[in-house]
Amino acid sequence: MSRIAPPSPRFADQFYAGARACLPVVISVAAYGLVWGVLARGAGLSLLEVMLMSGLVFAGAAQFVALDLWTITPATLPIGPLIIAALIINLRYLLLTATLRPLFKPDSGVKDALKMALVTDENWAMTVLEMKRGRGSVGFLMGGGALAYVCWMATTMTGHILGSVIDDPARYGLDFAFTATFLVLLLGMWKSRADLLPWAVAALSAIIASRLVDGSWHILIGGLVGSLAGALADKVRHVD
Amino acid sequence: MWTSPEALYAIAGMALVSFAVKAAGLLLANRLPRHGFAAAWLSHIPGAVLAALVAPALVTGSLAEIIAAAATALVYLASRNLFAAMACGVFCVYLARLALGA
Repeated sequence: MSRIAPPSPRFADQFYAGARACLPVVISVAAYGLVWGVLARGAGLSLLEVMLMSGLVFAGAAQFVALDLWTITPATLPIGPLIIAALIINLRYLLLTATLRPLFKPDSGVKDALKMALVTDENWAMTVLEMKRGRGSVGFLMGGGALAYVCWMATTMTGHILGSVIDDPARYGLDFAFTATFLVLLLGMWKSRADLLPWAVAALSAIIASRLVDGSWHILIGGLVGSLAGALADKVRHVD
Repeated sequence: MWTSPEALYAIAGMALVSFAVKAAGLLLANRLPRHGFAAAWLSHIPGAVLAALVAPALVTGSLAEIIAAAATALVYLASRNLFAAMACGVFCVYLARLALGA
């Protein structure tokens, strides 16, 4: 991926294209947002706390784990463990945002790093898929991120306000939207048989890791091991 | 009660570390060489991360999820339409859970 992204025609057009492309994938964001909002109410978070956490932390997996640690009495709130848990669960973003490098100029600095706040699994995946097709831009990434952000805020607040009035999304199969989304994005990423080895290694190590450790370590471990296997295979091929 | 200082500290801390990790990925990648092994490694990350996201969910899923995953993949490969594939997957898992009583 040494390719430099071609200059985007217009940021606004790219932003709109990114938001539109992410419409199907934010269905899973919405389903998880509703569930999280309902659970957050049960865990004792106020509506203001839901808005602050969704708006500032903006990371689904970390927010779910935070609910397990949350206490209704402020005095017993485990502030340190909450922060450490968020850090550990979000470590996988190191891998995600690293792959967005070709979108930015080589000397990109703090200003571009600020834009990473809007990166989620969903708009990241849509953007890297777009990059594989020779397109993709910062505007595209931001458009999808903005849509995911609005959707996450709206659905977590709705979940909190309506509480248990909301039916369990799993009843309608909506929990499967997450798996379906990333399965389809993975298939869209297929380029050649050279992909088979890194994907298989990633899948296998993620399955093993998910059995051994809780949380989202399997994504980081599978992603690291699989991509290293792919790079090693490339090296061996070039040597031959 | 709207909130407490403790809750604000916790949320601010969580927000800070979450953003720091996201920003660090891009800033660290900028320091990697743009050719050779490091570039090849970066190029393989997206597929590997997606495979790592999906695989455990499929292996631990019930028969309903496996049927729905197969349907999702087939519809996508036939139509190349993300939305159609997802809608089919969700509908299939709904039907399969009803049918299998899961």
